[in-house]
Amino acid sequence: MSDQTIIVSSSPHVHSERTSEKLMYDVVIALLPVFLVSLYVFGINALIATFTAIISCLLFEYLIQKFLLKTKTTITDGSALITGILLAFNLPAGIPVWMIVVGSLVAIGIGKLSFGGLGFNIFNPALVGRVFLLVSFPVQMTLWPVPIENNTTLVDAVTGATTLGLIKEGVQFGQSMSEISTQIPSTADMFMGLTSGSIGEMSALALLIGGIFLIGRKVISWHIPVTVLATMAVVTGVFWMADPEYYANPLIHVLSGGAILGAFYMATDLVTSPVTKKGMVIFAIGIGVITVVIRLFGSYPEGISFAILIMNAFVPLINRYFKPRRFGSRIKAKIV
Amino acid sequence: MLKTFPKGGIHPSENKITSAKPIKRLPLPKVVYVPISQHIGIPAEIVVDRKDKVEIGQVIAKSGGYVSSNIHSPVAGTVTKLDKIVDTRGYKKQCIVIRSDVKNESNFQENEYPLKEEISLQQEEILKRISEYGIVGLGGATFPSHVKLQVKKDKLLDCLIVNGVECEPFLTADHRLMLEKGKEILVGIRILMYALQIDRAIIGIENNKKDAIDLFRSLTSGASGIQIAALQVKYPQGGEKQLIRALLKREVPKNGLPMDVGVVVHNVGTVFAIYQAIQHNRPLMERVVTVTGKKLNDPSNFWVKIGTPVKDLLDAVGGVPEDTRKIVSGGPMMGKALKNTDVPVTKGTSGILVISEDEASRGEPKNCIRCGECVDVCPMGLEPHLLMNLSEKGMYEKAIEEDILTCIECGSCSYVCPSHRPLLDYIRFGKSIGKQLESNK
Repeated sequence: MSDQTIIVSSSPHVHSERTSEKLMYDVVIALLPVFLVSLYVFGINALIATFTAIISCLLFEYLIQKFLLKTKTTITDGSALITGILLAFNLPAGIPVWMIVVGSLVAIGIGKLSFGGLGFNIFNPALVGRVFLLVSFPVQMTLWPVPIENNTTLVDAVTGATTLGLIKEGVQFGQSMSEISTQIPSTADMFMGLTSGSIGEMSALALLIGGIFLIGRKVISWHIPVTVLATMAVVTGVFWMADPEYYANPLIHVLSGGAILGAFYMATDLVTSPVTKKGMVIFAIGIGVITVVIRLFGSYPEGISFAILIMNAFVPLINRYFKPRRFGSRIKAKIV
Repeated sequence: MLKTFPKGGIHPSENKITSAKPIKRLPLPKVVYVPISQHIGIPAEIVVDRKDKVEIGQVIAKSGGYVSSNIHSPVAGTVTKLDKIVDTRGYKKQCIVIRSDVKNESNFQENEYPLKEEISLQQEEILKRISEYGIVGLGGATFPSHVKLQVKKDKLLDCLIVNGVECEPFLTADHRLMLEKGKEILVGIRILMYALQIDRAIIGIENNKKDAIDLFRSLTSGASGIQIAALQVKYPQGGEKQLIRALLKREVPKNGLPMDVGVVVHNVGTVFAIYQAIQHNRPLMERVVTVTGKKLNDPSNFWVKIGTPVKDLLDAVGGVPEDTRKIVSGGPMMGKALKNTDVPVTKGTSGILVISEDEASRGEPKNCIRCGECVDVCPMGLEPHLLMNLSEKGMYEKAIEEDILTCIECGSCSYVCPSHRPLLDYIRFGKSIGKQLESNK
């Protein structure tokens, strides 16, 4: 021991190897398959959008913390990186670059740092940025490039509608579901990701691979994603069974739009989701129900972003009312 | 299926590097420093004076009240001083300093007696002797054993649980004791069952000590009343409440005692001490201590006389390496970091753990990301992140409402926190203030 000082601190004296950075970078790794699919489907536009969002998120976090808040910068903790990736994944490929920069500023500046930074934000920062863009630039935000497979000219020259958009439109024009189903992509295409939509929301397969990785690494638990998707399936299933000519079947609902991206990667954001498993289930049921209500009865074809943000606001309340059961609170002790 | 408690818990690296090392006898310490407060409760009162000659096993401090315990001289020798010495918590505490008489043969007598199975004392005498012979809980809590055995008239007792869990990483003192003194421990269990007038006992052992489980199973085969239960390896299963839940599916009520669910729990070390006291007239003067650490030359288990300075134990394992940064009394999860190595071994010292530079530091605390890991691992069903917050902000009344006082300070929350937040540090603080507030009411 020589004359070196010894440390006197309170127990425990050992700690697990997990760090919040490792959790964050696991999320980044989980999103890689999705990114590869987006490159294949949308080409260079997906690359440009994703990198613009990442660089602007990191840069805004650095600049705001350094010059405005004058605090230690936290751009290496991985959280702004994830916000950047998820923001880009929620945008259509080919959206003007300056809009991505504005979205990043809103996500980081308003969605995260105005609340006090990582851990204090109430709403998912990437979704705050995305919804800001959606309500500010509704036209550009719904200009969906057609995937490369169905496209013989330049990628951003042709635009089409998303599956949910086609359904909404068809229903409004009084078409029946059997007519609409000839226009929308097959479920196999939806599963593989060869449809129109936001950069990162299309391939159910790639999203599930990453999601299972995150559950396996215990970064997220299964409660939120499974409950969100199951709730959506059950609620849309009830409507579908009531009138299959007017409502799309549950499989289409689960595989289309941002359902899987939202359920696995946005709703599970540690900071903005409940702490207990019970709370997570309540939170996820809320997201599932609100999403379906917006899809079926709202003016937007897709609603999971709004649903998650609305339920984010209920998280403090959920945390207060869905506490873990205290040991020893059973009223009567059981003696065998 | 192995039994365990259902809610919470963690599984840190076990690191039981001394589990195959038989218990050795530490050489006679030249001087012992015997604190008068080695148990929970009122400190004992010193009954010897400077220059007094004392015999081994002689009472040198008398129990100061009901929840207190006698203290016996661990050596034959001369009282040189009544002094104050820094204890494991860093506070100066009264102690009796005795120089060992190297010529006195009783100091070198091996504590090996032939097994004595027949119990000749009456119930009353057993309880009296456990009280007089300074027996306290050796699992770490050092609660005077006779108090636990004093069953109130309105409580129905039906089971004795013997705690051989030793869920703390690194420690192997109880494991070795079970392997080497299995028969004696079984006699000790029968003594307790007789004293408590109950016919059921369970020895709970975690499944990383298969040899001990097998040994007890073979020793008890055919005998009725004593069950051996293999438990899944999970910390903090050695906690009384978790162990009772794991073995009997009974939940000790909030603010309640094991007695409220018909159970008394004793550690295997305590049971052996009781055997020694009842069958061989030996008061509690020594215990098994694991001296361990990844970088020690010869980590070992020792029979150590109470009052032996920690220094002597470290010398016996070949000294501490250069890069030592922490010396802990107890295990890595609940042990206390020592200020210096003059601190003596007391009745509650189960191990000395030497931690080197690379393991001693913890990461920079960061913002809570509300991942809920601490909530998942808390075996008491608490919300550590919330309790830390309340304690940090001085909202102690609210923290009491959130059950901060039921925290068992196992440290699972601090262990798992990916943001390295000092959860238990703040909870302890809030808990101590909360206790004061409660007692002022």
